[in-house]
Amino acid sequence: MEHIRTPKVENVRLVDRISSKKAAVGTLYLTATHVIFVENAPDTRKETWILHSQISTIEKQATTAAGYPLLIRCKNFQLLQLIIPQERDCHDVYISLIRLARPVKYEELYCFSFNPKLDREEREQGWMLIDLREEYKRMGLPNNYWQLSDVNRDYRVCDSYPTELYVPKTATAHIIVGSSKFRSRRRFPALSYYHKDNHVSICRSSQPLSGFSARCLEDEQMLQAIRKASPGSDFIYVVDTRPKLNAMANRAAGKGYENEDNYSNIKFQFIGIENIHVMRNSLQKMLEVCELKSPSMSDFLWGLENSGWLRHIKAILDAGVFIAKAVSEEGASVLVHCSDGWDRTAQVCSVASLLLDPHYRTLKGFMVLIEKDWISFGHKFNHRYGNLDGDPKEISPVIDQFIECVWQLMEQFPCAFEFNERFLIHIQHHIYSCQFGNFLCNSQKERQELKIQERTYSLWAHLWKNRGDYLNPLFRDDPSQTQGTLHLPTTPCNFMYKFWSGMYNRFEKGLQPRQSVTDYLMAVKEETQQLEEELEALEERLEKIQKVQLNRTQVKSKQSEPSKHSGFSTSDNSTANTPQDYSGNTKSFPSRSPSQGDEDSALILPQDNLKSSDPDLSANSDQESGVEDLSCRSASGGECAPSEDSGKDPDSDEAVFLTA
Amino acid sequence: MEFAELIKTPRVDNVVLHRPFYPAVEGTLCLTGHHLILSSRQDNTEELWLLHSNIDAIDKRFVGPLGTIIIKCKDFRIIQLDIPGMEECLNIASSIEALSTLDSITLMYPFFYRPMFEVIEDGWHSFLPEQEFELYSSATSEWRLSYVNKEFAVCPSYPPIVIVPKAMDDEALRKVATFRHGGRFPVLSYYHKKNGMVIMRSGQPLTGTNGRRCKEDEKLINATLRAGKRGYIIDTRPLNVAQQARAKGGGFEQEAHYPQWRRIHKSIERYHILQESLIKLVEACNDQTHNMDRWLSRLEASNWLTHIKEILTTACLAAQCLDREGASILIHGTEGTDSTLQVTSLAQIILEPRSRTIRGFEALIEREWLQAGHPFQQRCAQSAYCNSKQKWESPVFLLFLDCVWQILRQFPCSFEFNENLLIMLFEHAYASQFGTFLGNNESERYFSALEQILQVFG
Repeated sequence: MEHIRTPKVENVRLVDRISSKKAAVGTLYLTATHVIFVENAPDTRKETWILHSQISTIEKQATTAAGYPLLIRCKNFQLLQLIIPQERDCHDVYISLIRLARPVKYEELYCFSFNPKLDREEREQGWMLIDLREEYKRMGLPNNYWQLSDVNRDYRVCDSYPTELYVPKTATAHIIVGSSKFRSRRRFPALSYYHKDNHVSICRSSQPLSGFSARCLEDEQMLQAIRKASPGSDFIYVVDTRPKLNAMANRAAGKGYENEDNYSNIKFQFIGIENIHVMRNSLQKMLEVCELKSPSMSDFLWGLENSGWLRHIKAILDAGVFIAKAVSEEGASVLVHCSDGWDRTAQVCSVASLLLDPHYRTLKGFMVLIEKDWISFGHKFNHRYGNLDGDPKEISPVIDQFIECVWQLMEQFPCAFEFNERFLIHIQHHIYSCQFGNFLCNSQKERQELKIQERTYSLWAHLWKNRGDYLNPLFRDDPSQTQGTLHLPTTPCNFMYKFWSGMYNRFEKGLQPRQSVTDYLMAVKEETQQLEEELEALEERLEKIQKVQLNRTQVKSKQSEPSKHSGFSTSDNSTANTPQDYSGNTKSFPSRSPSQGDEDSALILPQDNLKSSDPDLSANSDQESGVEDLSCRSASGGECAPSEDSGKDPDSDEAVFLTA
Repeated sequence: MEFAELIKTPRVDNVVLHRPFYPAVEGTLCLTGHHLILSSRQDNTEELWLLHSNIDAIDKRFVGPLGTIIIKCKDFRIIQLDIPGMEECLNIASSIEALSTLDSITLMYPFFYRPMFEVIEDGWHSFLPEQEFELYSSATSEWRLSYVNKEFAVCPSYPPIVIVPKAMDDEALRKVATFRHGGRFPVLSYYHKKNGMVIMRSGQPLTGTNGRRCKEDEKLINATLRAGKRGYIIDTRPLNVAQQARAKGGGFEQEAHYPQWRRIHKSIERYHILQESLIKLVEACNDQTHNMDRWLSRLEASNWLTHIKEILTTACLAAQCLDREGASILIHGTEGTDSTLQVTSLAQIILEPRSRTIRGFEALIEREWLQAGHPFQQRCAQSAYCNSKQKWESPVFLLFLDCVWQILRQFPCSFEFNENLLIMLFEHAYASQFGTFLGNNESERYFSALEQILQVFG
């Protein structure tokens, strides 16, 4: 709290990014965990909450007549422009946020104060939801070839690895320790995924310290042990996910890559995924394109191309496809590494696993996948996502890229995933939010030292509790559809890769497709289920009635000739009388459709930018145009028409129209 | 003329068919008057039936005695046929070339096609202007049906029946027709029931360099305005293009003569610029290299999405003027048969839920494209693989369909139909067994007695 110089500023304007003249006036509050903006408008008092940990940059902009602008960029791609009337307040907010957004101790993070009102037992159960031991069991381990190794007990061999690791049975502790000494940061080859269908494995490690000529017998034995652990195959692939040039440059520093001559029966392969610095810059460039106020189609496409972002996404997916093919089609085990084996290696291993195993395409399976390939294997969440103040050069959107790869696959295989886009977006949000303890620190060791599980809550339990929101209604649980490997087309289809506006522009209201098919289908599904339940209940009731009636008729028939009808109708009235308020019962659909007799059924299209119509042409626009918004805009829309023969250029009148 | 004269080799065995994403098929190739057929002559094998009119371009290659014909279709498919025997290959190629470029409309397949299904509806009479007018007549009495164009004498590209303001008699319409490009006097395109405002469309006014005017024209469009209200004229050309048009006798509405109207210039491209854009787009889509950046830059260089955006922006502007401003609109470009129709029809899709149903969409295409005289035969003569580069070949209709698809993507729950209907319409506009898209306008269709053949909407 001592960092908050001013807890409350009044008459702050929150600028609408698209039409700068439309700004909401309200009060800005700084709390220990959030920035909160509350609009003055009495009927709505709309609130905008921003977690400090989401703040990426804060920028003071040139003073305007309206006051002192402050631009806040968030890690979840939200963009906030505030105009503060007094320079002093602006400066105080700026200084406070600079400090609040860069905590120096873990204890300052939100997860240590976040309390979802769960008792201790519930919290512990939450942490137990995802269990990696179960996961390895599911893969069919341990078995005749693979065993759990305790060589890294107490993190004795490698401090960024978990304590429990699977290695080939033939790899003795001596071999593992020897191999670890020959690998960057001692990250020796360990199992990431076991494909039990054909006993083939995906292993991961860091680069070997081969320099120009160094060898290590134990490391060579280690790779041989991995090969022998899949008896069907006489070679293994060693995949270096770096561009060849980068790998060669590493040799000068005593690192490098495996020499095929020194290792028996390996096939060595480079797959050029760029390093974290290139990726950071690429995202930066792409976000600049997303921020353009009214880009022409060319601006957008050129900027997107120039950012190289989709090229990088494709490189990661290509690497995953290569490995998945090696495993499923060639039946060859694969060892994957990059430099340290915690960024590109994590991306590629998890993409390959996702392609190979339908389990990872379920809600729980996906959590397991992140837990296994990212959290347990020491992906440096703290450094990459800047949770604590640190070296800005360490920050890079590594897992963001993986999440986007999953989305690209979901677009290609809409029925293969149990979860929907929202699930991915919420995971991305929480990787940065620090609201849950899962993604804290850089390794399992650090997390254990901090006693994360005792002091914070697990995101997975939270997501699981709300899983209804994250289900994909198109998911086909039928094995023939979802089991087995996902096959991407082998013919080049560059247009397959799309710009993900649902992620990068998700805070621009009105920019997304205004109707969510997913929500619509979920509502239909829910309604169907309700009706089915109702039907079942009614059928039960009917059965009862018939029984009752049967008894009565039997009784009556003894007395006199009964009237079947009257007998039925009385019982009908007395028992089957369940007023079902259908209109109240059925959930109204979230989306507008003409069939609903909407009075104002015109589709409101953006006036200007069909910006997204990127590779995928998925229409959306930069133009805010919710239905409500239009009325105020078009009131002055008449001003847009250029006067007769004014020779105004056609774009300028459009601009007037937009800003009016 | 007999088709047989053009078919030198009607049948070749052991031909291998290659298609992207499918395994190769070996079979017998047959040429008929209208089709290229390849059958593996085994059970359960799909046969390839390709209309000659669907062929956009062909290439021949020879490796020894094996000839290869690469057929590029108007629907963007590329197929390859390996034909044993040089002579057979040459014969087949020249036959295909001749059969795919027949001029006469009456030799087209729709005149020969006999459906295998029961025709349940006479598609030619499913969407008549009278029926459309009935929908409005309950709401307004300010409009009437005019039969002034009964013999196609006033405007050859208009249908015999059009909807015009009641205040204008046929004599005045004839006068207005002489003042508008191609005789295309302003007619009703869409009546917005919510506020009684309308979209009209026409050809450009023939003001010329000396600023000719036509009182009847002014009276006609003013008849749609309410007292004290202004209307909008959306000219789909940029101002400088409209100004240049004056030198050729065309022009635009001078403010002095149309004081109640505001004019807005947009810049929707036409003609070969669009065709070149399509050629580049399809080239980019067919790029076989694994190169992400190249795809984006080629997509950008094609300008296809820029055209889409401009058309949609203009349609939105029209829809907003009508719905939010409560103003009537007149839309025209030069002839009023291309960009004008894109804008009027898209504005209706935005405004009118009915046009987002299958039936309503068919009616829209019938009304705003076929009866409105979009020259389908000229525009769709060639597609993305053509080399001819004729000015009149242009994917105007395809751009419209793409725009609809873009809206559909944004409002996935507002359409009764899916993208398959759009693709189907695209395919039939370029090559079809149905007569719907034959000819350039109603009068051409009328005189070639198309009634005998089938409507795609039937």
